Amino acid sequence: MNPLQTIKIAVRALRRNKMRSFLTMLGIIIGVSAVIAMVAIGEGAKSQVVDTFASMGTNLLIILPGATTSGGARGGFGSMPTLTWDDLKAIQNEVSAIRYAVPDLRSAEQIIGEDQNWTTSIHGTSPDFFIIRNWTISKGELFTKSDMDAGNKVVVMGQTVAEKLFGSSADPVGQTVRIKKVLFQVIGLLEKKGQSTMGQDYDDTVFLPYTTFRSKIQGGLQNYLNGIILASATTSQDTKKAEKQITNLLRERHHIQLGTDDDFSIRNLTEMAGAMEAGTKTLTTLLACIAAVSLLVGGIGIMNIMLVSVTERTREIGLRMAVGARPTNILAQFLVESLTLSTAGGIIGVSLGVFVAYWLANKFSWPLLVRPEIIVLAVGFSALVGIGFGLYPAYKASRLDPIEALRYE
Amino acid sequence: MNNGNPLVHLQDVVKTYHMGDVDVQALRRVNLSIEQGDFVAIMGASGSGKSTLMNIMGCLDRPTSGQYYLDEQLVSVLSPTELARIRNRVIGFVFQSFNLLSRTSALENVELPLQYADVQARERHVRAMEALKRVNLADRMHHYSNQMSGGQQQRVAIARALVTNPRVILADEPTGNLDSRTSIEIMSLFQDLGRSGITIIIVTHEPDIAAFAARVVVMKDGRIRTDKRQTSRIAEFLPVEQDEDSES
Repeated sequence: MNPLQTIKIAVRALRRNKMRSFLTMLGIIIGVSAVIAMVAIGEGAKSQVVDTFASMGTNLLIILPGATTSGGARGGFGSMPTLTWDDLKAIQNEVSAIRYAVPDLRSAEQIIGEDQNWTTSIHGTSPDFFIIRNWTISKGELFTKSDMDAGNKVVVMGQTVAEKLFGSSADPVGQTVRIKKVLFQVIGLLEKKGQSTMGQDYDDTVFLPYTTFRSKIQGGLQNYLNGIILASATTSQDTKKAEKQITNLLRERHHIQLGTDDDFSIRNLTEMAGAMEAGTKTLTTLLACIAAVSLLVGGIGIMNIMLVSVTERTREIGLRMAVGARPTNILAQFLVESLTLSTAGGIIGVSLGVFVAYWLANKFSWPLLVRPEIIVLAVGFSALVGIGFGLYPAYKASRLDPIEALRYE
Repeated sequence: MNNGNPLVHLQDVVKTYHMGDVDVQALRRVNLSIEQGDFVAIMGASGSGKSTLMNIMGCLDRPTSGQYYLDEQLVSVLSPTELARIRNRVIGFVFQSFNLLSRTSALENVELPLQYADVQARERHVRAMEALKRVNLADRMHHYSNQMSGGQQQRVAIARALVTNPRVILADEPTGNLDSRTSIEIMSLFQDLGRSGITIIIVTHEPDIAAFAARVVVMKDGRIRTDKRQTSRIAEFLPVEQDEDSES
């Protein structure tokens, strides 16, 4: 008997007991939809974490200067400039695992436009900064290396600053602004970046070449870099290596003895992201385990109903055997029946799971992440459950003695 | 095909059942030969061994000892899978309780044995319709078995037995659940089939029914008591179940 024929017989048998078939499938439906929804939730949470860190920068390392200690009061990282401009050059030139390294000098200043003013965070940096932070220009252009070398008085601003100074619809490019009584020309408007996880508005910033920043905004300290260094590792796997290389380089350059603390600190954002990702992964695994247990319970339900069905249809089995069904035909018939039950349940479960995942994604404004391999896995696993739990009842049916079966009341 | 050897040939067939510690001998050295085209009734009281004999002849069961040749093949040594094949190709069964699949049309019931013979769907339809025509049920082929009268159901069952063109039809109390009038119709159908060359073996305990056969074998205590040929009573041809048509 060909497989299609067997499937037809199975579907017909299941349709004869619609309510029972549906209730049996329900276990699988709940199990599979739970798997799909849980994994989607986990993936959504994970991608949110990844996105958050990606928006901060690619393979980002933040190098902070050291702490002051005056009269026993320790000032915390960044309170004393220990990083020099030569350190930056050394990092750029000598650390193999680093692709870009840029200074990030900051100062909170009032910026004055035509008829409005706004106090914001002014950053002095180099063009590579925008590559590290995956930040592109929306209007106008970024300042260039020649702007830096010449110390041109140009700024690039975030959307919030532009809105506060010029209104939401106006084009700030070409306008003139004043910072600390110095006139600057606005040459670019950045893309909207949004907020950090802490609620800090990334778009509430103004950028200018660090050379200009040093000469016009923040004087003094010729050798020391009065800010932080942002570095981007060549690949995400290399962040750890880069961190180590920078540590060794800076310790050597700062003549720090063995056993003495660093006078700087490095934050490895990829590592932090990895740790948070691992956390969400554990959660996903846990949820998936619960879902797998419900699938197992669904499988037991199928086995139960198949055993009832075999007993109920003993005479039918006897008759089929009498008219020429081989034991393997009977085995296949009942196996396909349980397989159909579980696979149909799996497919309905997937649809329901995707629907629930979609709803949750909307509710928590996560990206909708239902990976196709999870769907294949869920349907495949439910099919496996059908075969696994259908095997015993089907075997039992195929072993029936036709004479006994025909006589069964 | 038939070169003079009997279609059914049992030689010293013994069947012993184990009931707890007691061995029950259902068949004690039965020897029986049935020629192609014969119409045989096997009679006997319950417990005489006639059902056991039927099961062995139908390849549903294997003898404890002795040989059984069906169509010159020694079938008493075959595996369950090979027996299934013989049942499918050589034998047609008719049961007392019809054993039709419920909520399934007459046509599909008749097609059932062909499914196990790996016949293509189109040919199955054609052959099943022909078989239903032979039992005068061509107009009922899409009716479900539970919408039919007992006589109609038994005729569907006979069509199902016929559809594979078997050498022999084994009928176990085929009229046991039918009234006497319908019983005669069924026996008339069997006689028709017998005339077309199919071997028919029926098990019955009713002498009235056995009277339609050409040969009567009487069983008692697991042995053949008598084995006689007779002039069979001709089942009167009756117009088919006009009174029962109104119900469906």
